[in-house]
Amino acid sequence: MSSSSRFTGLKSIFKRELKGYFSTPLGYIFIVIFLVASGWLTVSRDFGRFLELRQAGLDPFFTYVPWLFVVLVPAVAMRLWAEERKTGTVELLFTLPVTLEASYLGKFLAGWSFLGFSLLLTWPLIWQVARLGEPDWGVLFTGYLGCFLLAGVYLAIGMLFSAITKNQVVAFILGTTVTVLFLLVGLPQSLEFVGNYLGGYAEQVLLALSVTDHFETLTRGLMELGSIFFFLAFTAGWLICGMLALDRVKAS
Amino acid sequence: METMTKEQDPSNHQDAEQAAGPAAGDEPVSDPQPAGEVLVEVADLFKHYGPIKAVDGISMTVRRGDILGFMGPNGAGKTTAMRILTGFLAPDSGSVRVCGHDISSDSLAARQRIGYLPENAPAYGEMTVTGFLEFVAEARGVADIDSAVSRVIGLAELRKVKHQTIETLSKGFKRRVGLAQALIHDPEVLILDEPTDGLDPNQKAVVQDLISSLSKDKCIILSTHILDEVERVCNRAMIISQGKLLVDSTPKELIRRAPGHNVVVLQLSEDPGALAAKIQDAEWCDVVEASDRTLTIYPKNGESRLSEILELAKGSGLESVEQQEGRLDDLFRQTTQGVSR
Repeated sequence: MSSSSRFTGLKSIFKRELKGYFSTPLGYIFIVIFLVASGWLTVSRDFGRFLELRQAGLDPFFTYVPWLFVVLVPAVAMRLWAEERKTGTVELLFTLPVTLEASYLGKFLAGWSFLGFSLLLTWPLIWQVARLGEPDWGVLFTGYLGCFLLAGVYLAIGMLFSAITKNQVVAFILGTTVTVLFLLVGLPQSLEFVGNYLGGYAEQVLLALSVTDHFETLTRGLMELGSIFFFLAFTAGWLICGMLALDRVKAS
Repeated sequence: METMTKEQDPSNHQDAEQAAGPAAGDEPVSDPQPAGEVLVEVADLFKHYGPIKAVDGISMTVRRGDILGFMGPNGAGKTTAMRILTGFLAPDSGSVRVCGHDISSDSLAARQRIGYLPENAPAYGEMTVTGFLEFVAEARGVADIDSAVSRVIGLAELRKVKHQTIETLSKGFKRRVGLAQALIHDPEVLILDEPTDGLDPNQKAVVQDLISSLSKDKCIILSTHILDEVERVCNRAMIISQGKLLVDSTPKELIRRAPGHNVVVLQLSEDPGALAAKIQDAEWCDVVEASDRTLTIYPKNGESRLSEILELAKGSGLESVEQQEGRLDDLFRQTTQGVSR
């Protein structure tokens, strides 16, 4: 018998969920779409212009990943709880000797690992950069770290919406909407707008909360602990809200 | 019905047995049950959904060896009660103890001792039967997963389908997968929400036989609205309606108390008028209905008066005699329709 703790059962949930991505076509479809879209956006003459820039860096890639994730990550997150609640397996799950925290985190970590794995599959880009020039490995590393952390935030946001609705489509739309909002508030235009109407202080608050700003810090090659902490704390906040919400609505 | 209303009385189980004993009449009403150790203790359970009282003050104790049938109309609160018992829902007030562990404050230990088949036997459709059972075994911390899985695959007769994904299975097999997962850790308490609902008669029989075979060292609580199932499988029966526990007894005792128990129907070759008057005069007789050549006799209190009736009917051209058993359906309807909110 396993020892009782707050995270009893996390490992078995994590394993089941991670296997789930590869036992259905869903995981493979996601990977294919992500690789094709990210590759195309990076290299395309209309978007990333990777070849035209003639720089040994992946800025074009890092510019478009947040926008790709806006669509793709909520698509991964949407089924995590909505499906369990719709099919009733949530009742089975929560009557196992497994805590809600363990199931929630197990699902989150499995999803995050899957997204991290998809990111790793973009290695041909790194290979090409290294072949064509002398890249700054530090920038590449912090850039990828930024992408991974961003994926975690988006996943935590998407999971909350998956927890509060049984309808996957609704979960997807809400998840996408909120992640887009968090990207938009960090754009210079939005900051300027808020700064003009509400004053510089509001602008500073918004900037501090902006996913975009912290993401760009990392992709510029700055290993800023504040930004890493921001991502982790933001993710944790959404996860905790999601757990509280799920505990309230799980039986309805 | 008042005598059978024993809510909020933790000792009602024994009361029911005692009542069933000496007052039983000509046949033993229930096998004397060994007073097994108490495995589930429920005290003053309440649960509201807005203005609706889903569970309205249920108390009970369930012992090792009990197979308790939870009967009640749809929406009576059976599923809510079971969800509270298994720790899925928190009650508004009241407590549940499973093998001494409180389901709220010591939830994981209590859940460890329960095997639960939720309504409609939900399972992860994309997993294979074996994969799913392995997952449940691992999440439950079963030490030897392989042998536990093969044991329940044998018990629930799933060998033929063990490599199939669950979504490809028929309803009967899915239900058996649900039972197998509930049994994987060999729990002391088994809670089954409508285990045979929606199955064909053959599948029902298989599931019922499986449940009967499990009962010896466990306590089983199952909900159903198939009353025959309670008669066949259970040694204890409860009727719940609008969240209240109305009856806690044994199936045989319920049959005895059911309207129409020990009613005698006589077929006569001559006009029954004279005999009807004679029987009507007997002090034990409640009502006699006469029609054409048939007499239907309702003894008072549902007691068996067959020998007296035969004595009186001598020389009246008796062609056939039939003594009827009470019908659980009738008691069920009578009990659950009389409740007001």
